Amino acid sequence: MKTTSPFANLLRQSPFKPVQQHMRVVSRCVEEIPALFDAMIKKDQKQIDALAAKIGELESEADQIKNVFRLHMPKRVLFAVARRDLLALIQQQDIIADTAEKIGQIVTQRDMEVPESIEEHLLNLVQRTTDICSQAAAMIEQLDELLAVGFGGKQSDLVSEMITKVKRDEHNIDFLIGDLNRALFSIEDQLKPVSVMFWYKLIDLIGEISNQAENMGDRLMLFIAR
Amino acid sequence: MEIIAVYGTAMVVMAMIFGLFMTWGVGANDLANAMGTSVGAGAVTVKQAIGIAIIFEFLGAVLAGGHVTQTIRKGIIDPTPIISHPEILVFGMLASLLAAAVWLMIASAKGWPVSTTHSIVGAIVGFAIVGIGPEAVKWDKIIKVVFSWIISPAVGGVISFILVMSTRKLILDTDTPLKNAKKYAPFYVFLVGFIISLVTMFKGLKQLNLDLSIGGSIFAAICFGALTGFIGWLFIRNVEAHEDDDRTFQFASVEKVFTPMMLFTACSMAFAHGSNDVANGIGPLAAVVSIVGSGGEVLQKAPLPIWILLIGGAGIILGLITLGYRVMLTVGKKITELTPSRGFCAELAAASTVVIASRTGLPVSTTHILVGAVLGVGLARGLGALDLRVVLNIIISWVVTLPAGGIMAMFFYFTLKGLFS
Repeated sequence: MKTTSPFANLLRQSPFKPVQQHMRVVSRCVEEIPALFDAMIKKDQKQIDALAAKIGELESEADQIKNVFRLHMPKRVLFAVARRDLLALIQQQDIIADTAEKIGQIVTQRDMEVPESIEEHLLNLVQRTTDICSQAAAMIEQLDELLAVGFGGKQSDLVSEMITKVKRDEHNIDFLIGDLNRALFSIEDQLKPVSVMFWYKLIDLIGEISNQAENMGDRLMLFIAR
Repeated sequence: MEIIAVYGTAMVVMAMIFGLFMTWGVGANDLANAMGTSVGAGAVTVKQAIGIAIIFEFLGAVLAGGHVTQTIRKGIIDPTPIISHPEILVFGMLASLLAAAVWLMIASAKGWPVSTTHSIVGAIVGFAIVGIGPEAVKWDKIIKVVFSWIISPAVGGVISFILVMSTRKLILDTDTPLKNAKKYAPFYVFLVGFIISLVTMFKGLKQLNLDLSIGGSIFAAICFGALTGFIGWLFIRNVEAHEDDDRTFQFASVEKVFTPMMLFTACSMAFAHGSNDVANGIGPLAAVVSIVGSGGEVLQKAPLPIWILLIGGAGIILGLITLGYRVMLTVGKKITELTPSRGFCAELAAASTVVIASRTGLPVSTTHILVGAVLGVGLARGLGALDLRVVLNIIISWVVTLPAGGIMAMFFYFTLKGLFS
């Protein structure tokens, strides 16, 4: 005799668990980036390759979680937040992992030398980017608690503050990127043109991470909007 | 008349067997659903759930099960046209029991979410149409019953929505969730005892020669509620409070406060289930016993003997022990998303709704009301994802069950009639 329990099938797994699981993996991807740039400064090619490979593996892991998640989002399910927003959120998280992977690919495919005059700026930017990413992850970890209080009240105030902080940090990172681009411009003539091109590209990619963290904040804002 | 005089004992024995068969099916599915919530929350083990079910199912059936039994037995059809042929009603009730039980078996094997209540009502109506005539069916009463099937899950949903909102306001969305949880928990447990006992006692214990006044019922219910609240307080007072914890971390501790509280809702669910669903099996059995016992009196003036309620309870327990425990495990495993605080609200809402329906004599579906209550939690944005296809399936099997039960009852009715004459 099978279970005729409509009750057992009514409750589906919370969509927030896979989103959080995905974000944890994405965070681990980004956390490797500072070490990657350290290795570049030390010109430790072996270490660069190892770190890039690790980022690649984590990115595939994140991809897998995302794919399974998307397969389990049927239309006739009542989610605590809009299905569309959940799908968009995991997409934004995934872009962060993709971006980290692209950075890893560029620095393994080309032997990029870090010009001394931008070293400090670059490490600072990378550190701040890792920070904003872990803030975004902390925001995602709040989803369970938000669910407990129905996406309102004090818990949503707390998350709303976290979102504001992410937005502020993203704004600051934009300034850092501006400074870094300026510093790069001033030494442009001393570098190989193609290298310069790739440095701008790398800086762009690093900036993409904080942009996506901000987008995640915007998306989360929709969850708690009344 | 002669048929009853000759085959009376055989008819009663058949009715008992079919009644046991039917209640066995009820226990295997319906009750298991109701108890699975508490098992899933970790409030009780499967063994404890069976123990609770045995005690409170009986209590529910004996103390509050009479009204629905009356409805099933003689509330939905009028046997006056066949006063001179009481055996027709006996065959009809036997056929209805068998039809409902067999339909339940088929549906269970196929995994359709049918309700035992809908099956038996459909079966009795089906028999009445061919056995007595369409005019014998009390259509106004049927409309009321069908209407209650739509309304009761909605009522369960509204109550659980309000309860969930209240737990947020009083406990979760405050600066000290754990402290407030411990403060208000005894009050919630009080509510469980108060509501269930008030509905049961309010002019409802006539069969025990206990007729309480309004004031007396309220006073007794407050006393009973206070007692349960006190026992609840004993259970939760030892949940450790780390007041310095971050609010966020306190949520886990709040759930720990609610876990033992689900023991009380498990009891109330079993009680509510006993008060409503036992009747599905024993209503027709009571009718047969009454007709045969009185030598062919179809109007059944005899009161409901307690031993019939006991048979119903026994059948349900048997179903729970033989198959229901597996259903409980499955349900328990699948509904981990329903944390104790949410499960408590859903169960309290469902149990209250069912008991109110029982008191009014309306046969409702415990499972559907529980589904409604869980949807209420979902509408309060308290659950991550609810599969609404289940609701559609319920509606479909709801529509199919009435004619299916009816047609099978017609078939069994003619078979039995042919066998005995």
